[in-house]
Amino acid sequence: MIWNQAMECMPREELDQLQLSRLKETVSRVYSSVPAYRAKMDEAGIKPQDINTLADLKYLPFLTKQDFRDNYPFGLLAVPMRDVVRIQSSSGTTGKPTVAAYTRNDIENWAEVMARALTGAGATPDSVIQVTWGYGLFTGGLGAHYGAEKIGAAVLPASGGNTRRQIMLMHDYGTTLLGCTPSYALVMYEEFLRSGLNRSEFRFKSGLFGAEPWSENMRKEIESKWEIDAYDVYGMTELIGPGVASECACKNGLHLAEDHFLAEIIDPDSGEVLPYGERGELVITSLTKEALPLVRYRTRDLTRILREPCACGRTHARIEKILGRSDDMLIIRGVNVFPSMVESILLQIPGIEPQYQLVVDRVNNLDRLEVQVEVSEKTFSDEVRRLEELEARITRELDSGLGVSVKVRLVEPRSIARSEGKAKRIIDNR
Amino acid sequence: MAKQISVFLENKAGRLAHVTRVLGDAQVNIRALSIADTSDFGILRLIVNDPDKAYRILKEQGFTVSQTEVIAVLLPDRPGSLASVLERMAEENINIEYLYAFLGTKDGDALIIFKVEDMERAKEAFDKQGIRFIDEKSLYEL
Repeated sequence: MIWNQAMECMPREELDQLQLSRLKETVSRVYSSVPAYRAKMDEAGIKPQDINTLADLKYLPFLTKQDFRDNYPFGLLAVPMRDVVRIQSSSGTTGKPTVAAYTRNDIENWAEVMARALTGAGATPDSVIQVTWGYGLFTGGLGAHYGAEKIGAAVLPASGGNTRRQIMLMHDYGTTLLGCTPSYALVMYEEFLRSGLNRSEFRFKSGLFGAEPWSENMRKEIESKWEIDAYDVYGMTELIGPGVASECACKNGLHLAEDHFLAEIIDPDSGEVLPYGERGELVITSLTKEALPLVRYRTRDLTRILREPCACGRTHARIEKILGRSDDMLIIRGVNVFPSMVESILLQIPGIEPQYQLVVDRVNNLDRLEVQVEVSEKTFSDEVRRLEELEARITRELDSGLGVSVKVRLVEPRSIARSEGKAKRIIDNR
Repeated sequence: MAKQISVFLENKAGRLAHVTRVLGDAQVNIRALSIADTSDFGILRLIVNDPDKAYRILKEQGFTVSQTEVIAVLLPDRPGSLASVLERMAEENINIEYLYAFLGTKDGDALIIFKVEDMERAKEAFDKQGIRFIDEKSLYEL
């Protein structure tokens, strides 16, 4: 199903035209209304009138997380506060929170892209959509909520937490579509098993999952356990919230809402735009945002762009499932390790739950990666020998899969902090 | 045959205290226990008065727990009696995964809990030697 046929299936040439005109408009607007942008552009010796093709984008300076910090809280706003109708922000775990501000049109466009994402995941006006992303300053809950209402579905604004109650709501109110983090979908599954309820009494058919990177094997795990279709949605506070890109029924990359966002892939080290098809850092330029326009925002997320036509009929380019953030990447004795790679390997070992945590230490000047894996009922044996065999097997698989030797430690279930919001996968003690 | 409760424990302060407190609060009485440990984790093995209840309670509390069939036999509490049983098992080529023992039964017997690969063959071997099995009910009521 496609929410907005006219936009999502717009012929490529028309889409390029639309992007170019919106890009020019955005660049002019930030140059005239945001002193920080004007200073950056002046320093780079570029004026808005120098942007005449989409390829000219590469001459514009980047915007980074640091710019958000330097201009905290409202320095990047391109409109007066009287035009702002909503402020959201990130959790600010790494310092000051990142602020997102919205005009009425911004809220409308956000609901639009989330309506597309939910429709891609199977939502219709008949759906009952349970949103367990947090409501509040975090963009997940309200973003999904407005998208669901726009479709005309019935929304359950459950917000996060109280897993037992989530299962009760899901069962009693006939939830057909769930929106949450992928790791929480599995936490909910464990609770469903504990509840003793019968799966046939649920109407649950599909889920839209996001707010943390997750692997293809994690998708298989969620789909086979819950017997649903699991779709990925991408976004971040700085960009608008969730809905920047989302999967269609083909589950082969996430369609970017290209009428609202322009994507580039750069080499994270040199900042150079990479040739088509290569993996690198995703850089996003907003095309319609009014309150907080972004020109070449460095997301630090690693992916590549796929422009081949998609079988679903949408013409918008796709980004590959996000492998991880460049800041989630661990460098262990020179080898790049992403939590999603560990997850993917663990899921290939029968009986292993994708509940894991990576602990990095430096011992005698050498990096040591410990992978803590929960022992499930399925893998538990009362014989030490068998548990040691399991430990050895996991170690072997991870060593060869990651290309770096790891120490595996078996831990009790639920001893790894479970995500009501986002899973904490890495503890770096270096 | 008897039901043994096995619990996975991380090597972390307070874990054993937690398990035993959970069982204590549920009025489950421990008859015998042993702990197998490695540097990272331990396996607590328990004979209790109500294995089904213990299993349920521990599971509810989020422990990784399993029920295992073990053999419980009574041996005379005197020098050499365990040795002669083990020698017989060695002759029959019965591999023992683990065993643990405890005293204090009213008749001055020692109770030995065996986990072997082949339970049936072990039982035959014990039968041949006239070793007394203890039935489940009296084991839990010891």
